[in-house]
Amino acid sequence: MGFLDVEDLKVHFPIRGGLLNRKIDAVRAVDGVSFSIEQGKTYGLVGESGSGKTTTGRAVIGLNNITAGKVFFEGNDLTDKKNKMLDVRKDIQMIFQDPYSSLNPKKRVIDIVAEPLRNYERLTKKEERYKVAELLEKVGLSPESILKYPHEFSGGQRQRIGIARAIALKPKLIIADEPVSALDVSVQAQVLNFMKDIQKELNLTYLFISHDLGIVKHMCDEIGIMYKGRYVEEGKTGDIFTNPQHIYTKRLVAAIPDIDPKNREKQKQFREEVQREYEESYESYFNEEGLAYGLKKISDTHAVALPEKG
Amino acid sequence: MDNKLLEIKNLKTSFRIKDDYYAAVDDVTLTVNKNEVLAIVGESGSGKSALAFSIMRLHNRAKIEGEVLFKENNIVELSPSKMNKLRGNDMAMIFQDPLTALNPLMTIEDQIGEALFLHNKKMSPKERRNKVIDLLNQVGIPRPDYTCDQFPHELSGGMRQRVMIAIAISNNPELLIADEPTTALDVTIQAQILDLIRDLKENMNAGIVLITHDLGVVAEMADRVAVMYAGEIVEIADVHTLFENPRHPYTRSLLNSVPSDGHEGKLHVIQGIVPSLKHLPRQGCRFSARMPWMDESVHEENPVLHEIAPGHHVRCTCHEHFYFPKESKEVQNDGIS
Repeated sequence: MGFLDVEDLKVHFPIRGGLLNRKIDAVRAVDGVSFSIEQGKTYGLVGESGSGKTTTGRAVIGLNNITAGKVFFEGNDLTDKKNKMLDVRKDIQMIFQDPYSSLNPKKRVIDIVAEPLRNYERLTKKEERYKVAELLEKVGLSPESILKYPHEFSGGQRQRIGIARAIALKPKLIIADEPVSALDVSVQAQVLNFMKDIQKELNLTYLFISHDLGIVKHMCDEIGIMYKGRYVEEGKTGDIFTNPQHIYTKRLVAAIPDIDPKNREKQKQFREEVQREYEESYESYFNEEGLAYGLKKISDTHAVALPEKG
Repeated sequence: MDNKLLEIKNLKTSFRIKDDYYAAVDDVTLTVNKNEVLAIVGESGSGKSALAFSIMRLHNRAKIEGEVLFKENNIVELSPSKMNKLRGNDMAMIFQDPLTALNPLMTIEDQIGEALFLHNKKMSPKERRNKVIDLLNQVGIPRPDYTCDQFPHELSGGMRQRVMIAIAISNNPELLIADEPTTALDVTIQAQILDLIRDLKENMNAGIVLITHDLGVVAEMADRVAVMYAGEIVEIADVHTLFENPRHPYTRSLLNSVPSDGHEGKLHVIQGIVPSLKHLPRQGCRFSARMPWMDESVHEENPVLHEIAPGHHVRCTCHEHFYFPKESKEVQNDGIS
């Protein structure tokens, strides 16, 4: 049993309507996703908006109800009702996407960062203050800022306050939902570097959710690509970027803008080729409903969603 | 043949805070040629959108000085009614966030039709609808006759951005300003929208000002690039020069902070933050505060743009001495700003 194992996770949202507002159908936001992460690694979940990557992350931490499937964290089944009271919840924390809306504007930094501490640890006022100052220092903010309000900080600083809150309880797993997509490139670099540093320092495991493949490539050891609630490909970062097998992955990789203007023509041709292939062979990669098939292993670390034959 | 489409000379856009004016765009001189994509790059707060809004005269209460020459008009001094004739007709803008830029209570046909109606009152409703469908076709919307009667909330982000582009190109503008047109979109859709903008440039022979902070997009799209920092242009060059031989410390820092194949491990972090309007240093090299390891003496007292190669301009002399610190401290104590 690994560190985090997700088995055949399904999250369906009901569509209500008709007589008595009964459930008439369901949105299959996550439709049978399995993956596992080793401790200390970074696992990237990639996909377009609406592919279910955020829902997967939120289901793991318990913010979305799970329709079916199991989530094992260090061997404990988080979906088992008996384990509801288990303190594993404090070992899993989340960094949210938008640092402008994930911090309460009416609270001071000390209250924001100390909130998880107040839930789980009984500290005196003085200890708490000391702990928060220590955490802020760890994320590179001056301890004087504990009495400030979120609006007094820049985007990158706010995101670091969010990180300070996430690491307050010394979690083992952090779910980072697009942690840098609201930030400028230079600030992105700062937050990403910082996330790597604390990962080493605290032996953290990340579930890194992003649509930016450049960043995912930089951060992650393993990657899962999602499309319409299902996996289309999974593998080591090298597998995905140097040897993408599924047409959807190829299309994503081709869409990354190349930083070198010399490759512009080549890139354009490559993209057109992939687009043509995508249109021609769409039906051989997806079933009648336009969904991906089940994953098939093609090497020890690399699995692709391909139909049974072909 | 004169190829110049837009000429900006010493443009200065200032906003009032209490009783003082602070320049968000400071002494910018630029030209945009026909059939060219000029990219303007910078962090948020560097004044790139303020510049775009000044060109379109969309600022409400800003003091604008200098000249913006477009089709023999100085836009800065144009009367509002003449400006209205120009705006949306000869020059158009694609806004950043398609959800807030579209009116949620109007159908797509009405929104695009409005732009057509305002500049050509003689068009019959039927002609207009046909033109709208034609435009939607042009921007690659699959079922235009159906989409026409839909409302913005029924469309996805990429579709909405296409509608925005359809509005912008409805009157075949000669100048198109795209303010972060793909920031809110997924990569695959981004690629499609960029292709679309590129096609428009070629088909309509238009000049495009592309404002973005994504250097990947710049590398893919631009012919020339202007890098902005704290209201000033710090470097202008054609796209190949800029990526192969960036000179200004800011440009080099930006390029180094993008995750790419070139460098695994640590990304470069630009120390400090973009100064706010009020705290902007008005003298000396504005970027100096963000490279404190450099000696003060390398900066000019009043940095100007130097032409170091044909078409390649760099502000200040500090680029001649600039180097990256060996061990950049990962996180700086910039808690107090």
